[in-house]
Amino acid sequence: MYRYDDFDRDYVNGRVAEFREQVERRIAGGLSEDEFRPLRLMNGLYLQLHAYMLRVAIPYGTLNAAKMRQLAMIADRWDKGYGHFTTRQNIQFNWPKLRDVPDMLAALAEVEMHAIQTSGNCIRNVTADHFAGAAADEIEDPRPTAELIRQWSTDHPEFTWLPRKFKVAITGAPHDRAVTRAHDIGLRMVRDDAGEPGYEVIVGGGLGRTPILGKVVREFLPKADLLPYLEAILQVYNRFGRRDNKYKARIKILVHEETIEVMRARVEAAFAENRAVMGRVDPALEASIAEAFAPPAFEPPTDLRPVLSAGLRSFVDTNVSAHRLAHYGVVTISMKPVGGTPGDATSDQMRVIADLAEAFGHDDIRISHEQNVILPHVARRHLPALYERLREAGLATANVGLVSDIIACPGMDYCALATARAIPVAQQISETFADLDRQRDIGPLKIKISGCINACGHHHVGHIGILGLDRAGVENYQITLGGDGSETAAIGEKTGPGFAYDEIVPAVERLIEAYLDLRLEPGESFLAAYRRVGIEPFKAALYETEARSDAA
Amino acid sequence: MARKFAPKMATANDLLEGDVVYFTKAGDWSRAIGDAALAVNQEAADELLARASKFPNQVVGVYLVEAGIDPCGCAAPVHFREVFRTRGPSNYPQHGRQAEHS
Repeated sequence: MYRYDDFDRDYVNGRVAEFREQVERRIAGGLSEDEFRPLRLMNGLYLQLHAYMLRVAIPYGTLNAAKMRQLAMIADRWDKGYGHFTTRQNIQFNWPKLRDVPDMLAALAEVEMHAIQTSGNCIRNVTADHFAGAAADEIEDPRPTAELIRQWSTDHPEFTWLPRKFKVAITGAPHDRAVTRAHDIGLRMVRDDAGEPGYEVIVGGGLGRTPILGKVVREFLPKADLLPYLEAILQVYNRFGRRDNKYKARIKILVHEETIEVMRARVEAAFAENRAVMGRVDPALEASIAEAFAPPAFEPPTDLRPVLSAGLRSFVDTNVSAHRLAHYGVVTISMKPVGGTPGDATSDQMRVIADLAEAFGHDDIRISHEQNVILPHVARRHLPALYERLREAGLATANVGLVSDIIACPGMDYCALATARAIPVAQQISETFADLDRQRDIGPLKIKISGCINACGHHHVGHIGILGLDRAGVENYQITLGGDGSETAAIGEKTGPGFAYDEIVPAVERLIEAYLDLRLEPGESFLAAYRRVGIEPFKAALYETEARSDAA
Repeated sequence: MARKFAPKMATANDLLEGDVVYFTKAGDWSRAIGDAALAVNQEAADELLARASKFPNQVVGVYLVEAGIDPCGCAAPVHFREVFRTRGPSNYPQHGRQAEHS
């Protein structure tokens, strides 16, 4: 776990004190809302449909028990006893009062957390593979690089007022769990011909109203060149990015309009200059960051094999992934119980997770962009005990990667920008497919739901994507198929006209029935089947059935 | 022929609590939509927005929204977004305005 140094601590405490004064001035009338709004957004405070919302950064998705317990305390003391894990590895509190927010930020600072860079046109909280440092397929833990980027980007004077927000994602593994191609910059660790690790640099990806997959701007960047290269990309974006139109201001539009070749030439030229003047990162700093992410003191292998009950076997099949040590596992705790709100955790559940991380997981906790919680380092001999404790807390849903493991943005149940609800659609789908045997028969399937075109629910990269819109004053849901956020990334294709709120879940059922009918064998996943047969059979299932029932 | 004017009400969020409020006939802010003042023509709507906008340190984000009139003659939401604003989140009936009515 990265620990704040004196500089970090003074900086975060200074920001809390500054915001406390700004809130007092707003309440006293010394600041207008126009003046206050950008200040509160810089501190993660939004005004939503029913209340304020405080978005707290969880840098690269990494927490420990002390931080999780403090989040639980904040939820109980100043909110309504729960928090919502987001698709950017943040946590949101949905009910803070304006006067309480400075105290909430001070409580966060006590455990080295904050809400800085969770809003505004700056470099946002850097996201990372949630299995970082644990995954069997990983080249290197990407989090030291993510922390270095955090330090470089925090309050970077040149990049505080970018044309638009800027999101960086990083993975150290070939299997892309961090959706790197849907970010302004995606970094994928690769090896060069000599076996040295470095980065493939992807630029210009993003979802939202214009979904575009990022393009490779540099196939191999040595690790030592990372900051001058990132600085070059930001300089080119800051200079040439469009400020005339908010909807064309992301770097993806710049790359799209000017081509990756032009972008590359400009970035490489700026990089050459930066490299000459920036020099290397201080090796002592690099070493101290690397030390902060050193692996835990793993226990030695044992010959003892845990006895797996039927329930535990199902849990292990779906929720436990390969760890780089054979006698360890990466445990995903599903925050998607049947009928529940994706990503919501009660304060009691947060405390249970904190206890379990200490008891069985080397005090390491991760939040995934898929809105689940991960214990990355669990010795397999502990799995039976861990599973029992999770079951008691209602946290043992064995559905990770299955149809009910749905991403959903807050949608119109909370968000002021939303055009339709997302959460109740997810709840109804998970209730419809509640039977775990049925879910396992359907196999790997990612459903992602957004409540507006800003696409916080990543619907474009869902195998089944659902986008909620307002069509003439009525909620309407558009379906996309074949999206993929992994290393085989793809933007989903629209099926056709959307569906009303009470028609969308039956439509999803028809899609899944169609898939079960046409798959070659149970091992052919929904996505594989879709890639083989294309969209037409699914369109037929969606619309021809509907036409028949209308005619009847 | 000009389109028939749809009645309007003025709504915002409370500065301190962040919750939904409506501008009333009495010229202040209420948490009950039934108290909302209705404007039945464009001139009245312009005046309503102007009056409602004079509380910059009490409410945030004042806007006019289409209002229906319920059988009692009180303002009622028309668009589904405004219906949700009168209730709260659909995933937690115990939270938001709806909790007060249950």
